[in-house]
Amino acid sequence: MIYLQLFWVFFKIGLFGFGGGYSMISLIRTDVVDAYGWMSAGEYADLLAISQMTPGPISINTATFVGYSQAGLAGAIVATASLCLPSVMIMALVIRVLFKHRTSPYVLEPMRIMVPVVAGLIIAAAVLMCDADSLGSVLSFAILAVTIVANMFFKVNPILLIIASGLVGYISGIV
Amino acid sequence: MALRLFWEFLKIGSFTFGGGYAMISMVKRALVERHHWMNDNEFVECITLAQSLPGVFAVNMALYTGYKISGRLGGAFAMLGAALPSLVIIVVIAAFFNRVNENPTVRDVFRGIRPCVIGLILVPGLSMLRKSKLTLRTFWIPIATCVAICLLGVSPVYLIIAAIVAGLVVARVAIGRTRKNTRKQ
Repeated sequence: MIYLQLFWVFFKIGLFGFGGGYSMISLIRTDVVDAYGWMSAGEYADLLAISQMTPGPISINTATFVGYSQAGLAGAIVATASLCLPSVMIMALVIRVLFKHRTSPYVLEPMRIMVPVVAGLIIAAAVLMCDADSLGSVLSFAILAVTIVANMFFKVNPILLIIASGLVGYISGIV
Repeated sequence: MALRLFWEFLKIGSFTFGGGYAMISMVKRALVERHHWMNDNEFVECITLAQSLPGVFAVNMALYTGYKISGRLGGAFAMLGAALPSLVIIVVIAAFFNRVNENPTVRDVFRGIRPCVIGLILVPGLSMLRKSKLTLRTFWIPIATCVAICLLGVSPVYLIIAAIVAGLVVARVAIGRTRKNTRKQ
């Protein structure tokens, strides 16, 4: 039952997705590419490119895209709603308790340890994408290197970098 | 009121590129500066809460600011406004993309884009590494996380649960220690 699978995958991600969209990319990948085999690593990379280029949160864009590709419009709605549901539940059920104890070590310590773990998750997501399909030529290594330097040290806008890389890919296809 | 919140978040969700963090300044401008529905401190409180809890940051932000301004209904409508534009835009693009996916020109373009996407994911990972201020006692955490996921195929969900449990244990030990110290004094 595809709707139940979509619900379960994205509900889990909404519940355990600490640290923003990029850490969720890692969680989504585990299920969508490895566990359920809904798409290849390369297709997932394409999807992420589209998610980053369009307005709105990256995780919602990704969930909608995966849901649509598996089960059409209904799938897209199920995936996105399941992703948001844990946030609503947390707000309705536990927010008062958490807020009251927000300076307690029991709240602060898990959050502190979460930061290096999330960093590891994000880096792992990038490493797992480095297969022959995405990183198989000298040109692709050059694009990767330029992207890292431009984005990290010169703060070049990601959308601009995606468009430029697409252009390079297009030109290399003609030549 | 709930409908006005819905409308504000709908506008923000439709025009903000770059995910939840890019939305912060837009939300602040709309709710705090333009409409005066909440003050600066309340806004910062909402953002901090939205950041520390799991889930989509933009959705959390909409939920908490909406709730603060006009209760449950406000939170629900603000969230709908934040999520709806993504849903509509991506469904349209996905329907189109599935049709042109096999086109050789499109394949060429995406062959160029894929390595770029890898870089764009790596950079926030690295900057988070810097933010986590690793010491000799903690530097193994991101490395172990990477190895567990890439080589051992461990699901990230278990690693996050492990982080929560470890944090609780550290907190328990720390509290036990301070208690002992105060008793000695």
